[in-house]
Amino acid sequence: MTQPVSPPRGSTDKVPQVPLPAWRGLVARADVRTLSLLGVLAALIVIGGVTKPDEFLDTRNLQLVLTQASVIGVVTVGMTFVITSGGIDLSVGAIVALASVWATTVATQEYGFGGILFTSVLVGLGCGLVNGLLIAYGGMVPFIATLAMLASARGLALQITDGKTQIVTVDGILDLGERDAYVLGVPPLVMVFAVVTIIGWLLLNRTTFGRRTVAVGGNAEAARLAGIDVRRQRLYLYLLSGLCCGIAAFLLIILSGSGQNTNGNLYELDAIAAAIIGGTLLSGGRGTITGSVLGVLIFTTITNIFALNNLQSDVQQIAKGAIIVAAVLVQRRTASTT
Amino acid sequence: MAPEPPLLSMSGITKSFPGVRALDGVDLDVQAGEVHCLLGQNGAGKSTLIKVLAGAHQPDGGTIRWRGEDVTLRSPIAAMRLGIATIYQELDLVEHLSVAENVHLGHEPTTAGFVVRGKAARASTAALLHRLGHPEIDPARLVGELSAAQQQIVSMARALSHDVRLIVMDEPSAALDPDEVDNLFRIVGDLTADGVAVVYISHRLEEIRRIGDRVTVLKDGRAVAGALPAKTTPTREVVALMTGRNVEYVFPERPVTDAPAAGKPLLEVRGLARDGEFEPLDLTLYPGEIVGLAGLVGSGRSEILETIYGARKATAGQVVVDGRALRPGSVRSAVRAGLGLAPEERKAQALLMLESVTRNVSVSSLSRFSRAGWIDRGAERDAARAATRELSLRPDNPSVPVRTLSGGNQQKAVLARWILRGCRVLLLDEPTRGVDVGARAELYAVVRRLADEGLGVLLVSSEVPEVLGLADRVLVLREGRVVHTAPARELDEHRVLDLVMEGSPAS
Repeated sequence: MTQPVSPPRGSTDKVPQVPLPAWRGLVARADVRTLSLLGVLAALIVIGGVTKPDEFLDTRNLQLVLTQASVIGVVTVGMTFVITSGGIDLSVGAIVALASVWATTVATQEYGFGGILFTSVLVGLGCGLVNGLLIAYGGMVPFIATLAMLASARGLALQITDGKTQIVTVDGILDLGERDAYVLGVPPLVMVFAVVTIIGWLLLNRTTFGRRTVAVGGNAEAARLAGIDVRRQRLYLYLLSGLCCGIAAFLLIILSGSGQNTNGNLYELDAIAAAIIGGTLLSGGRGTITGSVLGVLIFTTITNIFALNNLQSDVQQIAKGAIIVAAVLVQRRTASTT
Repeated sequence: MAPEPPLLSMSGITKSFPGVRALDGVDLDVQAGEVHCLLGQNGAGKSTLIKVLAGAHQPDGGTIRWRGEDVTLRSPIAAMRLGIATIYQELDLVEHLSVAENVHLGHEPTTAGFVVRGKAARASTAALLHRLGHPEIDPARLVGELSAAQQQIVSMARALSHDVRLIVMDEPSAALDPDEVDNLFRIVGDLTADGVAVVYISHRLEEIRRIGDRVTVLKDGRAVAGALPAKTTPTREVVALMTGRNVEYVFPERPVTDAPAAGKPLLEVRGLARDGEFEPLDLTLYPGEIVGLAGLVGSGRSEILETIYGARKATAGQVVVDGRALRPGSVRSAVRAGLGLAPEERKAQALLMLESVTRNVSVSSLSRFSRAGWIDRGAERDAARAATRELSLRPDNPSVPVRTLSGGNQQKAVLARWILRGCRVLLLDEPTRGVDVGARAELYAVVRRLADEGLGVLLVSSEVPEVLGLADRVLVLREGRVVHTAPARELDEHRVLDLVMEGSPAS
């Protein structure tokens, strides 16, 4: 089953290329890393199906897994951009917490659905703007600037709530979490995650914004000398991460029906871990949205399987740690052979 | 009474790097207590030779005898144990450690094997600094807070903290003021009086005359003269030995007209200066013209180029392209006006090593292939292919990663970036560094062709023949100042070397 391959435009005098079988082309395109991540995910599904056949493969459980993956998944998409540019955002969990409590105060809830959505996104963007300005124009190291944001945003979230859970009373919000809102069995949260993923993928792989992100992460000095406005690009990247946190906060409000200052705890570590096992280089210059999303799905599935098998969270944590180490070791192997 | 064997005797040392034969059978004899000077142009093999001597490079062939016995210098530690210390031009000090910690790095005085005796380290450091004539340097200060000259002293103290019999100094005077140079020479005198040998590398002939005993001249990886008396050999003879290379590069023909000055200037540099780097500079570049800047390391060549480009902010003066002044310190303003830089450190400053040739070429022209930020990848690929074909970049497949390319082809990828961008003034900083001999002629032809097509080219090179062979007009730099300007055909290598080393136009 071979297809005729038209010669690349502009090449007329070259040796004709031997057409590859379609499956080989697919394999060549999806790199080894993506395939191995898919393999790990498939293996997890088999493990889940074997250990708890009735519960794991139940539609409701799969919906639950995807819903849980959605919140951290949206954060991870933003994180992937930041890491690809050679930066890091430690403040994502705290921004999610701050946005979720700011958007669920009694005053905000008076503005209804729109008020909650608008506030979540705006708080996320605001925090991202502060991060971006400090890093891009203030010359601060991303690690430090976002660490400071982590501390202050958490503190502000605690101050707003005084440690209390803010229950959401807006019906439009609560309805989105109900089964009635599922479209063809897909929860709205998962659809948001899917849309964010697709936009993120296109942004990274098909736009000048994505190219500049990769260039800044690969070699910031070369990017500057090539005429790229590196500082502005960095500002945009932290804004983007903040935006993703705002969206995630909104999803979390829908999911939990409340806003809490403890929301998003350790999201930064989960998001960084998912991006790294997905194949994004921590040193920057290479990023993959597909890998990050697979990383999120792998972590969420593990959590689910462990919970179904009544294994405690300490065992989960150990398993996660082992997976991160294994993934990075595999990456080093593949990096040295290419 | 048999004559004492030389302290160090290197013979027939060879060393090759991919595409380059850096050392082609070098001999070097050094006697205890002498100052042995090493002269040669850039690329002659001096730095490779001292790295072999320091144990940092392993030679492919040849023998090294130390005090009459054959030795192998497997590592820098092995060389240090024998008593060979090297002070490199780029100082290898840890800025965040104190002077004493730097001096004793790797051989700290300890109690019970691991507890560092800080007081003892500071005391012995103070003694060393006193001996070096700089008792004012506090051993407890951080090295990062010291001036360049003081760091040099610390580096020397570190060398002396070992039981040293031979010190290699690579252009030690480059960063020093005249009175600091005097102190350096006094130290060298003290060392040799104690029987320590000094291998001294410098481009400045007057220094070599003052302190040198013998001179070895390297050229194209060979020692062309072994034991010239440093004080009496005429400059003319030394320069003649350094030039007249075996490898003759083929340079493209210059256009027949000598004065492309007709028409409007493309680039005008007016009184451009940067404090501490170079003095006010005026320069005019016409379309179709290649202007070369010749000078030694530290003469301000690269700094001038990067300041014109906006990568460094000028402290005075302006850069005008087509009658419009560029915003100082803004690379984007320069790129928009049509300037393009091929920097000295290609890998660190120009290339995205993880990316394909296409993406390296298109990175400065992304907006041309995009609408509302959306990249038309077909158009991008075609344009990159066209630009790389124009330069005969090999392999003829721009989707390969740029890191797989040879040095010459990587340079072509950088040039293709600016051709694609429609750049009108090319700034070339050491364009043939890391490019093997065969590929150079091709690169020269490419640069000349681009000039013939109407580009203006500003060329910086430490290789004098390259500047003379390729440029139409040459500015000779010495210590941040233009000392001579002339059409390239009126200059020869001897003349330029005299100018950059002695600073006076008389030869």
